[in-house]
Amino acid sequence: MTNGWTDIRNADVVLAMGGNPAENHPVGFRFVMDAKRNRNAILVCVDPRFNRTAAVADRFVQIRAGTDIAFLGGLINYALARARFHEEYVRLFTNAPLLVSERYAFDAARGVFSGWDDAQRAYTDVSSWAYDIGPDGFARTDPTLQHPRTVFQVMKQFYARYTPEEVSRICGCSADDFVKTAEVITSTYTADRAGTIMYALGWTHHSHSVQLIHAAAMLQLLLGNIGRPGGGLNALRGHANIQGGTDCGMAYHNLPGYIPVPKAADQTLDAFVSAATPRALRPNSTNFWSNTDRFVVSQLKAFYGAAATRPNDFGYRLHPRLPQAESGAYENWSWAYIFDAMHDGDLEGFFSFGMNPVSNGPNSRKAIAALAKLRWLVVAENFEQETAAFWRDDILSLVDLRPEDVQTEVFMLPAANFAEKDGSFVNSARWIQWKWKAVDPPGDAKPDQEIVARIFLKVRELYEKEGGTFPDPIRGLHWWYSNPTSPSLEEVSREINGWAVEDVRDASGAVVVRRGQQLSRFLDTRADGSTLSGNWLYIGMYTDQGNMAQRRSTADPSGLGRYPDWTFSWPANRRILYNRCSADGQGRPWDATRVGIAWNGERWVGDTPDYTVDSPPGADLGAFIMLPEGVARLFVPGQFVDGPWSEHYEPVESPVPNPLHPEHSSNPAVRPFSSAFDVLGTAEEYPIVCTTYRLTEHFHYWTKNNPYAVQLQPEFFVEIPEELARQQDIANGDQVRVTSARGSIEGKAMVTRRIKPMQIDGRQVYQIGFPIHWGFLGRGTQRGALANLVTPTVVDPNSFAPEYKGFLVRLEKV
Amino acid sequence: MQPPLVRLTRREFLRTGTIGGAAVSALGFDLTAAYAQVRELKIARTTETRSTCPYCSVSCGVIIHTLGDRSRNVTPAVVHVEGDPDHPINQGTLCPKGITLKQNIVNDRRLTTVKYRAPGGRVWEDKPWDWAIDRIAGLVKDTRDRRLRIEDARGRTINALTAIGVIGGCTDTNEVNYLLVKAFRAGLGVVPIEQQARI
Repeated sequence: MTNGWTDIRNADVVLAMGGNPAENHPVGFRFVMDAKRNRNAILVCVDPRFNRTAAVADRFVQIRAGTDIAFLGGLINYALARARFHEEYVRLFTNAPLLVSERYAFDAARGVFSGWDDAQRAYTDVSSWAYDIGPDGFARTDPTLQHPRTVFQVMKQFYARYTPEEVSRICGCSADDFVKTAEVITSTYTADRAGTIMYALGWTHHSHSVQLIHAAAMLQLLLGNIGRPGGGLNALRGHANIQGGTDCGMAYHNLPGYIPVPKAADQTLDAFVSAATPRALRPNSTNFWSNTDRFVVSQLKAFYGAAATRPNDFGYRLHPRLPQAESGAYENWSWAYIFDAMHDGDLEGFFSFGMNPVSNGPNSRKAIAALAKLRWLVVAENFEQETAAFWRDDILSLVDLRPEDVQTEVFMLPAANFAEKDGSFVNSARWIQWKWKAVDPPGDAKPDQEIVARIFLKVRELYEKEGGTFPDPIRGLHWWYSNPTSPSLEEVSREINGWAVEDVRDASGAVVVRRGQQLSRFLDTRADGSTLSGNWLYIGMYTDQGNMAQRRSTADPSGLGRYPDWTFSWPANRRILYNRCSADGQGRPWDATRVGIAWNGERWVGDTPDYTVDSPPGADLGAFIMLPEGVARLFVPGQFVDGPWSEHYEPVESPVPNPLHPEHSSNPAVRPFSSAFDVLGTAEEYPIVCTTYRLTEHFHYWTKNNPYAVQLQPEFFVEIPEELARQQDIANGDQVRVTSARGSIEGKAMVTRRIKPMQIDGRQVYQIGFPIHWGFLGRGTQRGALANLVTPTVVDPNSFAPEYKGFLVRLEKV
Repeated sequence: MQPPLVRLTRREFLRTGTIGGAAVSALGFDLTAAYAQVRELKIARTTETRSTCPYCSVSCGVIIHTLGDRSRNVTPAVVHVEGDPDHPINQGTLCPKGITLKQNIVNDRRLTTVKYRAPGGRVWEDKPWDWAIDRIAGLVKDTRDRRLRIEDARGRTINALTAIGVIGGCTDTNEVNYLLVKAFRAGLGVVPIEQQARI
């Protein structure tokens, strides 16, 4: 989230789209109801289904799953065509005035951007997705926004195609409904109004998910809603600590703190740092990533301690680098690619800490077949689950194998749960909140830190004893904890924040942090090895004042629900990201009743400013300090692989060809997998659009062991529109089978008016949907109802998130 | 480092308000009735521990009540979980999942022993931890010794291990996520490291 749960109460308009917060984040949803009650806020819900959020919304629009970009493109067009955008904000804080390269083009008839190669069916040269760079090395600009190649004008032209009629044709809502909704949503373009967007997996589970969120960001920037109390683009996120996991480098492509994992081409620390450090694109922009060297060296010191020295590039060569194939592409080791490689027999061993990929990953049958090729599998869990038990007869029968056929050695380790260990979670509002251990784990169950430490230390012992391949990083790893076999998480937390290894000095030579002191500011890190910090982004979390994630003051000086002394919010305890945009060019808040930050003549006051605290508003440092141009990207130069603008592409399995450009119907940058399990269906064979979702009474695949949850929602069901049910003679409670090209799932029919049939480009299209929470193991009625038996392994080409929403199926009565 | 607040129960706070028979709290109103009522509750003698709900990303504050902590030779047991009234997000409320969190902790289906499935096997066998750690570490070393990729296809040093994958939990703390990254990637050289956020 750019803002936070408690800030949503400050909104005038709330758009819930690609998420169903009333169902899935019910307690956070209180702040939407608060805004409705106290501010007369308008709640708009746009979804394929009349869901629990829709039930309390002021406006609901049903759209076809997978067409959100068309709807958002329509809103962008509506705002631009009717001058319902915040012009001063757009001029100050976005790249609207920057000029786009002369070589950039978009072929609207075919649906591809410049750089597309027909022969290779790929974008082979995307250098035209760039700014027009002047002789001074900076991007050219036209502050009047009139030049035809300004981002603003190019954008206006690009989105002019998304008329209300076109939105209706693609999404299946009426043009009239769209216009009425657009009027409400774009009403926040004035300085005295703020609107927020709440989204979740309904947006990220598409083969065009990153561009979808890009579209939403463009809309919020045009309306002047980013950085302001009551505004923002708020990813609700699905789990207690996926935010923290992402922050801490649990992704194949990122180190902790969003530093890219080194690549094979970066053979030295200097080469790596220089590749990872962007060059400023505007004369005064802060370009905060220019500090990458300090963050990297401090992290290497945290990893390798005394083994990280200046002569050995601070241990840089001990760290693995991403392999590059002969073809030039760097290997992709994201989730779906791991399982693809596992299915090809390229992996021998696998650890799953509290994860259940047979259930939660796409294409369950492929996952089961892949696990069967492993030599060994380790699962640490609270309850027995489908991945650990994939070798059971009933699960293996899905891929026509028997337990005797599968040679995988499986370890299922009993793990402590949340109440049985301490440590911090980061919620979707970026609050790092400490929790305390309440009770010991049952029986022989152990906390994860002990499991990880004992395995690592045993491996290290074996290398010490027997020698082996490249033992250096294992021997050199900085395992300094008082109790090495079960590190104290307080100690780990101190390391993540970091401390001074030697006295830290400023440019004049004065000591700013003494040796041994905890760091409290990003800029106290050094690239000379005098500081250690596991994750620069969390600096301030554990200072000499103590563990800030344990703070519990509910003081709210702003009166806006920012609670600055409640735990700690990354970065730098900032509660609203990009908050420089909450004030105008002179530093005066756009709305005096909702102050983010304000310039008092000497410094910025309010929230922790997203700007140098004592730099005046006219310093032109840029409100988006992490970007080299210092302004937000409407046009995105060279960051995404599928284009600089968000274009509507159909899901990979779609009931209709793309009405805008049938030649490139779905995202042309998507790379399909080719195993025997990776099959796609056609609209002729599988005519129904299907989507998956969750219920408030269950959490993912965990609560099927919880008696109350099982009583509340006992079994898998399929929601079917009345008209479709009538057509197929299906009554409420009948057993039905949903089949895709990948597999099928059976359960009870729930005939509903919550999903209406739609007219899409002149054709009648039905949608159905079902919740995901069941499987083979758990209390009550499970019957092997794994939702992902039917979903495809098709992933977004930027985020590599799977397309769980909007795939094709057929429906039968059993 | 646990602040005293965590161990000071709200009930104790109410009780301190009645010391000396004044029965008037710092807030200035009489709490006798509230105190009398509190004494009847099952959770009156419990220890309260502040925690965070492990389910969705709203991260509601919860209070876990355990009984038996202060007695010798008694294993403390979780008897109740409720919303933390001081938490600015949930202010004491919880959703239907959160309100039944006790069943996530105290549950007869919890795993309490190490289970092992031998190649080709049809059953779980109970194994001791030490045996499992030794065996897993041996497998890791064997795979790594044979499969660590010293160079990529273009002959550049990479020291990358792609024959072992690690996926981490969405209810693992930051500290455990960091330790996983440190031990497996920075230590063993594992590249395929992922988590729930991807999917």
